Amino acid sequence: METKAFQKIYTKITQITKATCSLNATGVGNEELAMVNGKLAQVVKIIGDTVTLQVFGGTEGIPTNAEVTFLGKAPTLKVSDQLAGRFFNAYGDPIDGGPAVEGHEIEIGGPSVNPVRRKQPSELIATGIAGIDLNNTLVSGQKIPFFADPDQPYNQVMAMVALRAKADKIILGGMGLTNDDYLFYKNVFDNAGALDRIISFVNTTDNPPVERLLVPDMALTAAEYFAVQKNESVLVLLTDMTLYADALSIVSNRMDQIPSKDSMPGSLYSDLAKIYEKAVQFPAGGSITIIAVTTLSGGDITHAIPDNTGYITEGQLFLRRDTDIGKVIVDPFRSLSRLKQLVISKKTREDHAGVMSAAIRLFADAANAKTKQENGFDLTEYDERTLKFARDYSNRLLAIDVNVEIDEMIDTGWELFSKHFNKEEVGIKQTLVDKYWKNN
Amino acid sequence: MSTKGRVHGIIANLVIVQADGPVSQNEICFITSGATRLMAEVIKINGQNAYVQVFESTRGVKIGNEVEFAGHMLEVTLGPGILSKNYDGLQNDLDKMDGVFLKRGDYTHPLDPGKKWHFKPLAHVGDTVEAASWLGEVQENAMPHKIMVPFTFKGSYSIKSLAGEGDYTIDDTIAVLLDSNQQEHKVSMTQKWPVKVPITAYREKPRPFKLLETGVRTLDTLNPIVEGGTGFIPGPFGAGKTVLQHAISKQAEADIVIVAACGERANEVVEIFTEFPELEDKRTGRKLMERTTIIANTSNMPVAAREASVYTAMTLAEYYRSMGLRVLLMADSTSRWAQALREMSNRLEELPGPDAFPMDLPAIISNFYARAGYTYLKNGKTGSITFIGTVSPAGGNLKEPVTESTKKAARCFYALSQQRADSKRYPAVDPIDSYSKYLEYPEFAEYINERISDTWIDNVNEVKTMLQRGKETYDQINILGDDGVPIEYHVVYWKSEVIDSVICQQDGFDKIDQNCPMERQENILQNTLSIIRSNYQFETFIDVSAYFKKVINFMKQINYTEFQSEGYYKFENELKALLKEQNIDLG
Repeated sequence: METKAFQKIYTKITQITKATCSLNATGVGNEELAMVNGKLAQVVKIIGDTVTLQVFGGTEGIPTNAEVTFLGKAPTLKVSDQLAGRFFNAYGDPIDGGPAVEGHEIEIGGPSVNPVRRKQPSELIATGIAGIDLNNTLVSGQKIPFFADPDQPYNQVMAMVALRAKADKIILGGMGLTNDDYLFYKNVFDNAGALDRIISFVNTTDNPPVERLLVPDMALTAAEYFAVQKNESVLVLLTDMTLYADALSIVSNRMDQIPSKDSMPGSLYSDLAKIYEKAVQFPAGGSITIIAVTTLSGGDITHAIPDNTGYITEGQLFLRRDTDIGKVIVDPFRSLSRLKQLVISKKTREDHAGVMSAAIRLFADAANAKTKQENGFDLTEYDERTLKFARDYSNRLLAIDVNVEIDEMIDTGWELFSKHFNKEEVGIKQTLVDKYWKNN
Repeated sequence: MSTKGRVHGIIANLVIVQADGPVSQNEICFITSGATRLMAEVIKINGQNAYVQVFESTRGVKIGNEVEFAGHMLEVTLGPGILSKNYDGLQNDLDKMDGVFLKRGDYTHPLDPGKKWHFKPLAHVGDTVEAASWLGEVQENAMPHKIMVPFTFKGSYSIKSLAGEGDYTIDDTIAVLLDSNQQEHKVSMTQKWPVKVPITAYREKPRPFKLLETGVRTLDTLNPIVEGGTGFIPGPFGAGKTVLQHAISKQAEADIVIVAACGERANEVVEIFTEFPELEDKRTGRKLMERTTIIANTSNMPVAAREASVYTAMTLAEYYRSMGLRVLLMADSTSRWAQALREMSNRLEELPGPDAFPMDLPAIISNFYARAGYTYLKNGKTGSITFIGTVSPAGGNLKEPVTESTKKAARCFYALSQQRADSKRYPAVDPIDSYSKYLEYPEFAEYINERISDTWIDNVNEVKTMLQRGKETYDQINILGDDGVPIEYHVVYWKSEVIDSVICQQDGFDKIDQNCPMERQENILQNTLSIIRSNYQFETFIDVSAYFKKVINFMKQINYTEFQSEGYYKFENELKALLKEQNIDLG
């Protein structure tokens, strides 16, 4: 931004709400930044000479004679390779005690990719977790959330996925993270010695909620820099998008907008889509993959936030505690990766698709057997075998602590099939059975 | 002198403009912000203030920015060269744009101005013509593209001169017409038309009656859509809306396919971009993309243009219908369009209707669906627009305003059920909840009697009743237990399972099964009827399921095999042998 010889200072605020304030000013651009009493704010509405500002830090303590200056630009981030390994707050200022980043200053929330310039995603992202790699394979350029209850270890799983995925850069966008979770991520990344490829933008619960609205755009602007300028594969982790949506509803509420379903703003779908659609496979080889977390209240996926998310993202992953083995597993029934068919048995072994479906079908048989058992009906011999299979399957493949290569997961599948079933019961294409069946 | 104005207020993409002259509702204007010109549409006028929705991000727009009104509504450019183009919601050619990212204020020509088309006259000098009369034709990707008298021409004209056969660009004059006052009017191969106004240059719009074959059994056999008909597909996420829509657009017997990707995932559009140029059209031997146009306004593209995109798509469809072609128009998803309306209505501070949608939502939806239809053109030829939209009901609840409003407007209802999707019964169209009103049309009955047989509709209804009975019986079995009901209950349930597995379910990824021609569907229905009309003898309920599982397996194998091939007869014979055990003859 060019320095201005004269910057007009306004000192008369006419209206203050919990998240916004208004004043009379001229020559102001829409979405321009301003400083209000030392707090960063953004123009959200202008009528005539009345300008309404959304104050990111909250309006507590702002007096009607506060000093207001306009910065003549929308929120920006300075991008360069110096971003790598650093921790920032929602404004893109360092919080790790290091120096400010130097680089090219670009506006966040930039334009969308021309759909005809996108490439179809086709690169598999291996995570080592069989519940993901075997059943719901992730593909670069995909966007997928974990739908999780707040008590589930989604941050742990995300950190694990991030470290194992062979991405060039991992960008963490933390929204409303508790300080404990923030330190958890920091320690995990530190201990893994992976800090140089990780960039974090963090808004913790200590910070004002409206600040969160900047976090995804900051993270994705950095991601676009590495994916477009450096042709790198970038993995963006966004946690927790439910808290982001909550911040949206706070602002829209303060601006007297009419709420739609579940008190969410009517533009929720577009607001979320603008973020998630930044996931892309670029023609030059770079890619942005988004893994997010949407926390549910009481597992309700019909709530506006998970519902809109489900329509935008390419599938969703569910975690569940399997009481039979006492471990958290990736639920094979409700989880779905919509892009998996682009890589399964194409980039992976030919028998991947068959093994995946057969195992899930047998696991479903086990679930039915279990219901029968609970309702006091007699179990057939086949039912007994499916139950035994289900335990093994949960333990050796679905549990989130599994960390193996995909070929090994498929082999484990065959091993479990031959242990508990005969060839006919598995129902995989004959040519594959002939080739891969394990004779014990 | 065109009207000018200045920006007076900005709320997200709603801008208030103080105009210095007359302004009309839905007029287009351009806001100059720095070096870019942002296109916008007037949606409300109050005194001097015009409220305009901007088709782009309004970042950086300032009070006092200059605004220029264009004097017309949002228009599309019509002419040869539309097919196989990828447009955004405002008909900008996406392939002509530079760079990976979309730039604000970057508007590109929808056609190819320099390209020469080989024109053949159809009319003669001296002929009396009116709007939409065919003057000549060019070959557009092997499709006859009629050059018509512009739709804006009122009254009748006589042809003063007409270009001879030869190569012309879209802007060359190909005809000079004289109106009743002997005034000359030049006509080229291109014309413009406002998207929100229906093109009505046809003689008559009768009730549609002709079956539109889609190759999807649960549609064609159970709930058929017709040429010029309307249908919609509501379903929760993950139920397979887009997959079903893609299947229909690939297979349906249409001349032109227009896909409006309205506020949906960009990667799904990429899938069309990647797949359609590869897919061969069996009837013409050419690539499917050659007769397809895609309107891509994905969910991250500007919201106001999302609303425009469905109208743009419909207007292009009407243009091709006037040429006597059968157009299939698919919109995915109309809920995103309704949400765009909601966002605007909200910013205008209108009093909201249910779920904060605008009060006139049902009217807007039914007006839009009404633009589809089968038409007799003024020259006696026919043309049609079949419209199928998807709806993404919030929370999968079909009682929400968009689904309810659409239900009143569309004649076919294809409900996708979560339960079917969960149990991998694809396509997940619920055969009991879904309906096609066309089955009740006498015109349709007459047509189908002629084309297939006069027992067809009764047979279809018999199968549907059986499905319903099967479902009721299944509920009873679940309550009373497998051995708590007579064996006959199990037989009824399994008969309905035969219908479900063999007719309703279809493997979209199997080369043979994915596209089932009508001839085959007749055959499948006949076989199924023979099976469900017969009586069976069983000792125990376990025998029932074992027996019918075998029946289903053979019938599925038949579906997977090429029609009347060696393998087909092999499985058919095995099925016949199995039925012989119960003394049943296959039809």
